[in-house]
Amino acid sequence: MAKRFDIKDLNIYYGKFHAVNSVNLAVPPRNVTAFIGPSGCGKSTVLRSLNRMHEVIPGARVEGKVLLDGEDIYASNVDPVEVRRTIGMVFQRPNPFPTMSIKDNVVAGLKLAGMKNKRELDEVAERSLRGANLWNEVKDRLDRPGGGLSGGQQQRLCIARAIAVQPDVLLMDEPCSALDPISTLAIEDLITELKKDFTIVIVTHNMQQAARVSDQTAFFNLLGVGQPGQLIEVDDTEKIFSNPSQKATEDYISGRFG
Amino acid sequence: MTATLTDPNRPAQTPAFQKISPGRQFKNYLAMSLMGLAFLVAVIPLVWLLFTVISKGYSALLSGDWWGKSLKGVLPEQFAGGVYHALYGSIVQALVCAVIAVPIGILAAVYLVEYGNNGRFARITTFMVDILSGVPSIVAALFVFALWVTTFGFETSAFAVSLALVLLMLPVVVRSTEEMLRLVPDELREASYALGVPKWKTIVKIVLPTALSGIVTGVMLSIARVMGETAPVLVLVGYSRSINFDIFSGNMASLPLLIYNELLNPEEAGQLRVWGAALTLILLIMFFNLVATVISRFSAIKTK
Repeated sequence: MAKRFDIKDLNIYYGKFHAVNSVNLAVPPRNVTAFIGPSGCGKSTVLRSLNRMHEVIPGARVEGKVLLDGEDIYASNVDPVEVRRTIGMVFQRPNPFPTMSIKDNVVAGLKLAGMKNKRELDEVAERSLRGANLWNEVKDRLDRPGGGLSGGQQQRLCIARAIAVQPDVLLMDEPCSALDPISTLAIEDLITELKKDFTIVIVTHNMQQAARVSDQTAFFNLLGVGQPGQLIEVDDTEKIFSNPSQKATEDYISGRFG
Repeated sequence: MTATLTDPNRPAQTPAFQKISPGRQFKNYLAMSLMGLAFLVAVIPLVWLLFTVISKGYSALLSGDWWGKSLKGVLPEQFAGGVYHALYGSIVQALVCAVIAVPIGILAAVYLVEYGNNGRFARITTFMVDILSGVPSIVAALFVFALWVTTFGFETSAFAVSLALVLLMLPVVVRSTEEMLRLVPDELREASYALGVPKWKTIVKIVLPTALSGIVTGVMLSIARVMGETAPVLVLVGYSRSINFDIFSGNMASLPLLIYNELLNPEEAGQLRVWGAALTLILLIMFFNLVATVISRFSAIKTK
């Protein structure tokens, strides 16, 4: 459980377009790392390349190394399906499976992997929903469709679904951008709790959120239109928000641009 | 005495909003009338057609033998017998066609949407499907005749009809399934991949179930569509006045074929059978459309 990431010289491309240039970054275990930066700077792209979701897009490819506890997830003998099993992901917009009930949504990953034991599935469903702070709200309607929940509940359902397969790392791509402040708070509290068991990487546009939930912050920026995104600096969150070493970081967090 | 703004007796002012001008009112009225007229023009032929078929054919359907007997041994001028044999033929030919065309069509659509990546092979397939959907039914029938009967040497049969219907049904199934699959948001696919679910399982367990209701509707409508096809039955199978259960040999009646043959019957009983069979065909197709609606309601995604 809870492994560390070492990203080495990662270059990411969409076809011929060089999207992200040479990222070097270490993500310690049981730690929240926030990616901040202006739109289009490649934060989400870097995040998606951490569990090989980037290559789902036709023409997309990656160069460099992403080591999970020393093991390169891009090595030629590694099955991307296994990588995604180990590194879970929560998306910007809540996306529960519309054909499934709340419970089936939570255990979808295990069920589709072939687990059939009903007792075990029920246990996992309860544990994951409790872990996502959703159990008390849905325990009486586990067989209702997941699409009937509110946006914030749907997003926590997606988090429950992601942690049900017991990944080592949880990637979150702007998980609160479609939610109201109360649901956002619920998710942020949840992130702080999940940190005990998982390594978490979160992309956010909300700098207060980055400051509230993360231990380490990485700032990405674009040097110009059509140029690849860059990792400008990475440091303890406290340092980034009080005394960043790069001028661009300071400009961004103080709201002078972006 | 000066009037303040809150004074209810202050002098009237021009209202802030004007009434709709007569010119706009007239244009609005004109457009509404034109749309109403267009609606009537579209509906009149339909109502007229239904009225004609029902008024001329309903009495045939009410006779006790209509649904349960064939025309075996019935004389042309005799008011007797039924369309049991033709109903069987129409349904069986369409279903055999569906059994062949639906799996191929759905798999082709899955290929185009999930694996094709809009590459060369996918574009060629789409182009071929487009061409196939433009092939007239008589051409499809002649093609099957040339291939199945002349080249391979099989006899004309209901199965040959089904093969021709496959050519007509396939593009409809591919197209409708393709559209339904494209409506499934990529987010669901990604959510599934992110759980460590392989691509094929994502398609089978997530994408297809999400699109199921639309796919089923498309399939049912395409079945209803091929049931009324006349050219393949005229070319590929002989008419029989009695029931034939064997789809691989012998003549087999179907509703369009029965209508065509009874048209050649100058007796009044023949006319009645023509309209009766026409009404039966309409009811049969309506039944399939109805089933499509019920199934799509039943399998639609619920949110409550």
